[in-house]
Amino acid sequence: MSAVPVAPHPASAESGPPDRRFALLLTPPPPRTGWRVVPARVTAMCVVEMQKLRHDRTEIYTRAVQPALWLLIFGVTFSRIHAIPTGGVPYLDFLAPGIIAQSAMFIAIFYGIMIIWERDSGVLTKLMVTPTPRTALVAGKAFAAGVKAVIQAAVVIVIAALIGVGMTWNPLRLLGVVVVVVLASAFFSCLSMSIAGIVLTRDRLMGIGQAITMPLFFASNALYPVALMPGWLQAVSRVNPLSYEVDALRGLLIGTQAHLGLDLAVLAFAALAGIVAAGSLLGRLAR
Amino acid sequence: MTTESAPALNCTGLSYSFGDAKAVDGLDLLVDEGEVFGLLGPNGAGKTTTMRAITTLLPVPPGVIQVFGHDASRHKMAVRRLLGYVPQQLSADASLTGRENVQLFARVFDVPRRERAARVSQALDAVGLGDVAHRLASTYSGGMVRRLELAQALVSAPRLMILDEPTIGLDPIARDSVWDRITEIRAGTGMTVLVTTHSMDEADQRCDRLALMHLGRLRALGTPAQLKSELVAHRRESGETGLSAPSLEDVFRYHSGSGLNDPGSTAENEERGAFRDVRRTRRTASRLG
Repeated sequence: MSAVPVAPHPASAESGPPDRRFALLLTPPPPRTGWRVVPARVTAMCVVEMQKLRHDRTEIYTRAVQPALWLLIFGVTFSRIHAIPTGGVPYLDFLAPGIIAQSAMFIAIFYGIMIIWERDSGVLTKLMVTPTPRTALVAGKAFAAGVKAVIQAAVVIVIAALIGVGMTWNPLRLLGVVVVVVLASAFFSCLSMSIAGIVLTRDRLMGIGQAITMPLFFASNALYPVALMPGWLQAVSRVNPLSYEVDALRGLLIGTQAHLGLDLAVLAFAALAGIVAAGSLLGRLAR
Repeated sequence: MTTESAPALNCTGLSYSFGDAKAVDGLDLLVDEGEVFGLLGPNGAGKTTTMRAITTLLPVPPGVIQVFGHDASRHKMAVRRLLGYVPQQLSADASLTGRENVQLFARVFDVPRRERAARVSQALDAVGLGDVAHRLASTYSGGMVRRLELAQALVSAPRLMILDEPTIGLDPIARDSVWDRITEIRAGTGMTVLVTTHSMDEADQRCDRLALMHLGRLRALGTPAQLKSELVAHRRESGETGLSAPSLEDVFRYHSGSGLNDPGSTAENEERGAFRDVRRTRRTASRLG
């Protein structure tokens, strides 16, 4: 890689003393290189997400309505009819981690629409002209989706606790919940950004987004145990990262038997593969 | 490679096609350090494609584009560190404050934390937004948003500022305000400015040199005065007399082939320019009110 010239700009040097108002704007910042680039960009994108949420919390409140309805109406009703065998766990407790995963997925899956909006408004183009590799830019967006999803998950956990779901408050387990939600949201946002890189328009992506979110939800263990599904749906569930997210959340929050190691490995691999795929398709959005 | 003696921008035989459509066809362009260089041309002339290639958004073969001696194909990151880019659209994030908008770009350009706040403040002050930096960008006027975008581009101390129609949709007062800031910043920092515009008045008054593109090719190059005097010479050679001194708009019409002497090409020119480009322009103008 060639070095970045850092010499003072000749025009200011030649035309007398430099203007003090621009003193700091004459020298380029030292470039960050190597492995430090990705964490720096991820931090930058996450900070932006937090700043946006600080200015306008409407989205947190409005997005809490749907999971609250799932828990209050679907969860409470199905708890009463005892239609779904959950291995001795109250159905509401069984359902809550599934709804947390669902609400986090819904947030993440619409990041593709956001990236098309950013393309149309010039924000993406401008970011792509910064010294940010495309994978780092996608990773930043993916983990920013994770931050937003964690906040959403926290809201759903509070709602679940208020309606009597018995969950752990062990800080280490809650930290595990954060890791699981961030990794899964990173994958789903990358899935959405990858589709955005293929279909290129908001209208098409909205249709596809709506077409895949509910099948992903129903083809997972969020609402019912995998054992109850027909064989073909069990096969779909086994390749559906949402199932691994729900399994991990259930194990961490409710204490059911989970395959935490496998769940985390699948989610981490899915997030990484998603970042690579979305990063390679991002260039299509800039053309 | 020593970059001190290299021109700000050197394009050699830049060509780019979208499918069968040739957007840029063998463009040679040399922009000297410190000048304000205007890229003019009708819709679909290839300006935006040229800009996108220079900003590393489009892949080009090695050796075609060099920014201060850095190859835009081989050393993308080094080139991007030299660029400040303001796209045609209103690209500031309306849900962040002015300061947060600039902070984002300070972060992605690796401005160290210890000098970030001071640098962001200086960039905002340089465009006259220091006092309103705490306000959400959604409360800014169109001219203020443009100046905010300049601050975003300025915070990394770019050596080549690329402005894609920076005054589109602005009223004359806001337009002058934006240009006054650009002129001031350029004088204060010595940066090179590459700008596209459809305003011939702006090009005439604000640019040191101009390149006029049409159908992907360079049709004319020189200072505004040179371009106008060349047109006078052309008119004289073709026996046209009694015409008033040409404006830059006359030069534009002459080279774009859409003057009164070439009525057939007007419709053809109007058809050029991708739908998305026109929609983007209208959307920007509409958002600026």
